[in-house]
Amino acid sequence: MTAAFSPGGAPAGPMLQVRDLHVQIATGRGTVRAVDGVSFEVPRGEALGLVGESGSGKSMTLRSILGVLPPTASVTSGQIILDGRDLVPLKQTDLNRIRGPKMAMIFQEPMSALNPVMRVGAQIAEGPMLHQGLSRAKAAERALDLMRRVGIPHPERRMRSYPHEFSGGMRQRVMIAIALACEPEVILCDEPTTALDVTIQDQILRLLARLCRESGVSLLFVTHDLPVVAQICQQVAVMYGGRLAEYGPVQDVLHDPRHPYTLGLVRSAPDFDNVREALVPIPGSPPSLISPPDGCRFHPRCKFAEEDCQVVEPPMKPLPGGRATACLHYERTIESLEAERAGQLDPVDLQVAAERPDEAAPAAGSAP
Amino acid sequence: MSITAGAGDQFAPTGGALVELAPRPADRGVQARRATWYKNPALMAGLIITGIVLIAAIIAPLITFYNPITQNLTDALQGPSAAHWLGTDQFGRDTWTRLVYGARLDLRIAFIAVLFPFVLGTVLGAIAAYFGGWFDLVIMRVVDVVVAFPFFVLLIALVFVLGPGARSIYIAITLVGWVSYARIVRGEILVAKRQEYVLAAQSAGLSNTRIMGRHLLPNVISQAIIYGMSDIVQDILAIVTLGYLGLGIPPPAAEWGSMINGGQNFLSTHWELTTFPGLAVILVGLGLSLIGDGLADILRPGQ
Repeated sequence: MTAAFSPGGAPAGPMLQVRDLHVQIATGRGTVRAVDGVSFEVPRGEALGLVGESGSGKSMTLRSILGVLPPTASVTSGQIILDGRDLVPLKQTDLNRIRGPKMAMIFQEPMSALNPVMRVGAQIAEGPMLHQGLSRAKAAERALDLMRRVGIPHPERRMRSYPHEFSGGMRQRVMIAIALACEPEVILCDEPTTALDVTIQDQILRLLARLCRESGVSLLFVTHDLPVVAQICQQVAVMYGGRLAEYGPVQDVLHDPRHPYTLGLVRSAPDFDNVREALVPIPGSPPSLISPPDGCRFHPRCKFAEEDCQVVEPPMKPLPGGRATACLHYERTIESLEAERAGQLDPVDLQVAAERPDEAAPAAGSAP
Repeated sequence: MSITAGAGDQFAPTGGALVELAPRPADRGVQARRATWYKNPALMAGLIITGIVLIAAIIAPLITFYNPITQNLTDALQGPSAAHWLGTDQFGRDTWTRLVYGARLDLRIAFIAVLFPFVLGTVLGAIAAYFGGWFDLVIMRVVDVVVAFPFFVLLIALVFVLGPGARSIYIAITLVGWVSYARIVRGEILVAKRQEYVLAAQSAGLSNTRIMGRHLLPNVISQAIIYGMSDIVQDILAIVTLGYLGLGIPPPAAEWGSMINGGQNFLSTHWELTTFPGLAVILVGLGLSLIGDGLADILRPGQ
């Protein structure tokens, strides 16, 4: 089924491929199926955005790719294929040869992800010394070069500084330098700009985009921020309740959603070109992943839901244009969009608002 | 409806020139730290007191005029005088000389004795906290057992079994003392290992040993060092106590505890024989405690 929405044209296969991944977390209240059958791929040299609200399983997906799941969580089935090699069965020591030289991670909080008592130059040089066997002097040279590439002013002096002496944006540049240090082929980003203010966020995103273009590195970009995905990614995968809801080229998916959840996400985000009176929230709240609803996970909140949605687990249905959706009635999304574009208020929206006045407050944890 | 089309166009990923931020005044934090450490009164007082005692111990032959061990019975039990500043003991040995040589012995044993439990406790505590599981369980139960005994009771029993001498003191202090370091370091690492920089280090393919040694320990070791300063005081007290009880360094070596013990019989006539070794213990304890306080102020994270 992964072949169905492969974008095609990648000569040597995708850089990173996740196939039918299941991650479970053991808790006191039961087993949480945090990731439940997710498949996607990151083509070489491209950026895939993985979006979804908190608890949709995107961070767990990322951590299972790196093999740094918390002790209570584990990959129960599925494959994570990096450059033709399945990472799931690998031992920690084998993974340690891949983490760094093949894939690297950029974290959300650059302050807490940097060691507070280590000079930043040493933190950048650590990977090259360990993975590429560079001497201390050579590694320091590499660190200096990387700090220049990520745009840290006065790198010779700043190398000897500690993380607390940097501003938030500069710290994130240090994180990027650390991620790039061993020349990885994939960089995984966990909401790398969420902790930054908007101007710095834009600088960091431009930097990431430029570095990826220059070095041909692939990106897996986890975020809940739709404009960020639109800015940096070519492909987007929307996650809901531990599953994929929709997949496809980013502009198509965000302008022309084929899944009611994506539509809800897009409508609940502010739009400055076309200011609406009020944002349209998605009613209800995200599903419990201990006992998820039968059928489509989104059906209790879906205004288009029909009876079969409560029973049938929707498969990932391939659509033209390299897209796919996990919705049985995705045509209704198109109808709703066309109605809105024709200037009419969506009759279903009005109906929903009338039926559930108590849930008018934005319950969905979507976007900013 | 173009919620993100506009955004995509505005923030074109092709990106232009990077906006350079104005350079911040570099190394302000480090400079501030360097500027303040000698302004800490507790630390400075402690360093001066301990420094004087240490220097006296090192240059002992230069500031004393007698042999600390050779008996000279004709001069026994003299009071303070120009020849014998603090008088002599019942064997005619100069008290000032024995006090200074006693500092040599007691301080040397104390400084060495604090290292073994520090290293052992730190390593075991770090491994227990980092890996958890059965190793953590076993180590912490052993710690509980050792802690259940009063420090001095266990120490005296161990030295009694092992026999007198410096080696027994090292072994006994290590076996009794490591538990505090293990508890401190374990607690600190349990907190520190949840920090994102540990996850970042794992994601960068660093081995567990390296993450522990290079990333975790430097972040938590200051607490163990601060405790170590007060632990030295306790070790000196322990060595002196053992000497007083006749279990420590065997006579005739100059040692504060055995000096206090030896002077005890002459307390009514020659108070200086017990008082000055006692004062020496207090002085060193004060100096080291002040250093510990000062270090705690400086090393405590977030200050």
